[in-house]
Amino acid sequence: MEQKIAVAVDDLTVAYNYKPVLWDIDLSIPEGVLMAIVGPNGAGKSTLIKSILGIIDPIAGSVAIYGKPYKKQRDKVAYVPQKGSVDWDFPTTALDVVMMGTYGALGWIKRPGAKQKKQALEALEKVGMLAFKGRQISQLSGGQQQRIFLARALVQNAAIYFMDEPFQGVDATTEIAIINILKELRKAGKTVIVVHHDLQTVPEYFDWVTFLNVKHIATGPVKDIFNDDNLTKTYGINYKVAVQK
Amino acid sequence: MNAELAIILIACLTAVACAIPGVFLVLRKMALISDAISHSILPGIVIGFFITEDLASPWLILLAAFSGIITVVLVEAIQKTGLVKEDTAIGLVFPALFSIGVLLIAIYANDIHLDTDAVLVGRLEYAAFDKLMIDHVSYGPKSMWTISITLVITLALLFAFYKELKLSTFDIGLSSALGFSPVILHYGLMSVASVTTVVSFDAVGAILVVALMIAPAAAAYLLTTDLKKMIVLSILFGIMSAIGGYYFAVWLDASISGSITTVLGLIFLLVYLFAPTKGLIAVLFRQKRQRTEVSLLTFLLHLNNHDSIEERRVAHLQEHINWGKVRAKTVLELAQKNNMITMQDEVVSLTNKGLKFTEKALDYIITNKDEQIEDMKDDFFLFRG
Repeated sequence: MEQKIAVAVDDLTVAYNYKPVLWDIDLSIPEGVLMAIVGPNGAGKSTLIKSILGIIDPIAGSVAIYGKPYKKQRDKVAYVPQKGSVDWDFPTTALDVVMMGTYGALGWIKRPGAKQKKQALEALEKVGMLAFKGRQISQLSGGQQQRIFLARALVQNAAIYFMDEPFQGVDATTEIAIINILKELRKAGKTVIVVHHDLQTVPEYFDWVTFLNVKHIATGPVKDIFNDDNLTKTYGINYKVAVQK
Repeated sequence: MNAELAIILIACLTAVACAIPGVFLVLRKMALISDAISHSILPGIVIGFFITEDLASPWLILLAAFSGIITVVLVEAIQKTGLVKEDTAIGLVFPALFSIGVLLIAIYANDIHLDTDAVLVGRLEYAAFDKLMIDHVSYGPKSMWTISITLVITLALLFAFYKELKLSTFDIGLSSALGFSPVILHYGLMSVASVTTVVSFDAVGAILVVALMIAPAAAAYLLTTDLKKMIVLSILFGIMSAIGGYYFAVWLDASISGSITTVLGLIFLLVYLFAPTKGLIAVLFRQKRQRTEVSLLTFLLHLNNHDSIEERRVAHLQEHINWGKVRAKTVLELAQKNNMITMQDEVVSLTNKGLKFTEKALDYIITNKDEQIEDMKDDFFLFRG
């Protein structure tokens, strides 16, 4: 079966202060997969997502979204940053944060209107947060904040979703709710790429996986490549402790 | 227009023009940058004055604003080396630029119509008399023109780019991913802040302009959870301090800009103390209630865990849970008032309601699920994040 390539990363190298955090990454992600990016702390998982989205400029290499540069394909991509990357004391409400997902389609200067509000309310309902639409965001729990971020990505109605640790600091109920939504997205033919920490849940949640540790180690279907060999290459010798806990 | 009205008007326009970028500086945790800009525009003003010999010249304003931008660039460049942190970088850059300005004034003091006092605290008193003259016709004070034009531009930019500013302030990553360049927005905001500082400089000086930017926003932040309301409140606080400050100064026969800042400080103090949810008094009150609620819960859990009459005697409770008489009495009364316990012959028992509440609370503590306690949040502070 010939599958379309949703994301292609070519010879990507990223450095902070001249120290490479990603080294010559080649990666292609087929359309319609639900993929985890795993690797130890400092492996460059978030950096990989950020450089695909043009948030960080690489020192070498290129990225293509459906064969074109990201800048021409912004409307096809949604992004959920790490929860900790924003100030939750910011004076705004849950609904307003979700509305931010519509800004990309609006472009510069144009303001969101009734249509955008309706989209945002629908997304809030999908993540089970409609009742909290007017609540100030600091008054939400960690799991609720993560759902708000997910709703904001859903509003973007993209083809590819990048999520940076969406399960961080959420309780088990929220985790299940989130993964169910991600699985629905995949069913709808979307490509979902998730930075993930919990190795145990990889086979249960995802159908594809990328192993990353500064260098690209392997990418493929979980059933083919999620094995001792790749885990050892990525994490060193202690991976079994993490997996069998 | 009489001088009094002119001074009040200039003060109000300045306060509003400062309050708007101030809101975003406070939310971006960049309050210190405004301090840096306000000082380092001095060499720009002095050099601009040499060239134009007119403090209200657009060229001087642009030149001075440019030195404000240079400050931001320098701070970021030093910070990027990773050798020092941002606050240190700010502390290195602005005294350097400011001192160049001070030296320039000192060396050319005889030729230039600027003195160091005026630079620090402004001279609103005189601003009203420096009129814009074209062909011997007076068109009102020059500063009123410069500050009005700046304010109109600021408002236009705010209306046009409100959405973009909000997004890039809240979530710089998404802003960048959606194509709203945070760099452009950052430097746009810095440019507005710099120009505003320059045009306010003559009226209120380098130190007080910082107060006009930061204090209204800081006070408004404590009062609202809505960005639009925060901007409106900041503007109102700015205007209040401008008008209040003027009459305070007349009453004291003292510096107007000093009085405006004092009034701003008082406004902030009042808000800090009395803001309904974030104010100091509200916080202390809430903490006291939380303490009582934790005690109540502890007490109910104890009753829930122990059936024997011995364990449930009031005297035993005092001794066993290790509470003073007053605290024990408060808790007992609170529990009784909420129909959670009944007392008979100094023995306490849980009511059905108390039992239900305890189990629900216990369940929450163990599972830590949010859904179950939504309805409890209204009654209890304890369960609010």
